Amino acid sequence: MALLSYLISGLGLGSVYAIIALGYTMVYGIAKMLNFAHGDVIMIGAYAAFFAMTRFGLPVLLSVLLSMVVCTVLGVVIERLAYKPLRQASNLSVLITAIGVSYLLQNGAQLLWSSSTKVFPSILAGGSLQLFGGKLSVSWLSILTILVCIAVMVCLTLFVNKTLTGKAMRACAEDKGAALLMGINVDRIISITFAIGSGLAAIAAVLFCAAYPSVYPTLGSMPGIKAFTAAVFGGIGSIPGAFLGGLLLGIIETLAKAYISTQLADAIVFAVLIIVLLIKPSGLLGRKISEKV
Amino acid sequence: MGNLFKKMFSRENRGRTASYLIIIIAYIVLEIMRLSGNMTNLLSSLLVPVCCYITAAIALNLNVGFSGELNLGQGGFMGVGAFTAVVVSGSLAGVIPNPVIRLILAMIAGAVLAGAVGWLIGIPVLKLQGDYLAIVTLAFGQIIKSLITNLYVGLDKNGMHFSFVDNHLNLAEGGKVLISGPMGATGTERIATFTAGAVLILIALTIVYNLIRSRHGRAIMAARDNRIAAESVGIHIANTKMLAVVISAALAGAAGALFGLNNASLAASKFDFNLSILILVYVVLGGLGNLNGTIIATTVLVLLPELLRSLQDYRMLIYAVILIVIMLVSNNEKMKTGLERLRRKTGKGADSHA
Repeated sequence: MALLSYLISGLGLGSVYAIIALGYTMVYGIAKMLNFAHGDVIMIGAYAAFFAMTRFGLPVLLSVLLSMVVCTVLGVVIERLAYKPLRQASNLSVLITAIGVSYLLQNGAQLLWSSSTKVFPSILAGGSLQLFGGKLSVSWLSILTILVCIAVMVCLTLFVNKTLTGKAMRACAEDKGAALLMGINVDRIISITFAIGSGLAAIAAVLFCAAYPSVYPTLGSMPGIKAFTAAVFGGIGSIPGAFLGGLLLGIIETLAKAYISTQLADAIVFAVLIIVLLIKPSGLLGRKISEKV
Repeated sequence: MGNLFKKMFSRENRGRTASYLIIIIAYIVLEIMRLSGNMTNLLSSLLVPVCCYITAAIALNLNVGFSGELNLGQGGFMGVGAFTAVVVSGSLAGVIPNPVIRLILAMIAGAVLAGAVGWLIGIPVLKLQGDYLAIVTLAFGQIIKSLITNLYVGLDKNGMHFSFVDNHLNLAEGGKVLISGPMGATGTERIATFTAGAVLILIALTIVYNLIRSRHGRAIMAARDNRIAAESVGIHIANTKMLAVVISAALAGAAGALFGLNNASLAASKFDFNLSILILVYVVLGGLGNLNGTIIATTVLVLLPELLRSLQDYRMLIYAVILIVIMLVSNNEKMKTGLERLRRKTGKGADSHA
């Protein structure tokens, strides 16, 4: 029973990673860049939701929506100002710019809201679901997080596979030049991708802060790096891969904390990543791309 | 003599001579300033760290610039070097009282261990194509930080004691704790000197310059420029890239060793992802494959936040903005063509190994 309860809380944590990893993987798939500022968009989302709830007293759902709007706008603005002028530049220049944006957001947040930790209000009445006559207790928050993640996954899959914009996104991921020739506005598609990824980051921010209720300027770094790991783990560029990678990473982390060592959980997570990459370099669900001569 | 002079300033040696001159002149000037007491405490406390960062950045440039492999774990290699050096120096304190010999031994130990770790990472990764070295070194940096954070090392009359995760050192009376888990290295004897730092940079420059001019160095750059063409002329890609990774890791280890012995206490969290990124920023802003650029960019970027100290809270914000603006401007098409035209007018042509 203990194992089952760890598995479920691992799925809860993994769902958050999965939602963040979707942002990394979609941007990588289409813009072919590692957006290291994604973690800090999460942090801004957390602050937005925090202020919406505490200072403006908005209900939870409305706060989440507001936070999503803030993050979406932020994501699109970052892309326009910082990344768009670098379309033709080397990958490294884009990477350094993303790092610059990350520093900018972190230090901006520190200036505006100080580096002291703020306590995130709870979004759910506490308590947990008791199953099997009280032998298995599952927190409502884990259940909510898993459900949200499933909903996000279903919506995103439908969007990418069924709509015209989704088709254009897949075309851009496949071959940007060819997509341009077919009359697809590639810049617009990249903006939409950033908008979706950043909007999802806001959802992840609220769920993450509901589980670990403290808000501070470097909040996004660790979940950002872990979600990036999850995206690579599942096969970067692949949406189901990010989903699977996120969930597995959450489960591995929770089980490692429970059965091996709390302090070493991070080391174990990253060691598993290295092992997976050694066995299957393209990640669990990634496609193998052969180089053309 | 005249011949040597001509050779030193010939076109292909100009960059190299400039590197050595920058370091030697800067060393002499700073050392005179320091000894005559004309240096602020802040500046003198930055001397050794700047040397460490420059060495680590030169090493990373070998990886990113010359070998074309992104390495996001340079901080991890420095961490390996630093904590190896702390243990070696601490345990030899009774045997070898001379701090200079102890420092040299500790730095060699740090370099050897970091190089060995680089080799271990390289074996599986370099067989693959793509950004795998970047991801695996990123993961490695996290793992190393987490492992050292849980490491306890102590020394007493019965020898060395190691302990992992929980502190069970059980030192005898008079024993000394060298590494204490999350606290990191404590009570380290500060034996690092500015002279050692300057010598380390000169050694790093000599190694990298000689390597890239050698047969192996040309193979490294050929593998970067066109993997398939390089393979077709008989270059073993994995072995060639491995050479760059191991040398880079070893130099970073030596730099870390010097860094570790410059601080009385040092936590493993210093050697995190941010440090790796910071060094990468130095390399990219200095110019890939340009060691003079690396030296200047590192010095300026280490000093910049300190010089901006009067702006207090805004300094890191300004730093971030400068970083973004430099990237946007240097990649601006109009700027690029303008610079190219200027270069052609002055007749210098493109840099030989840019």
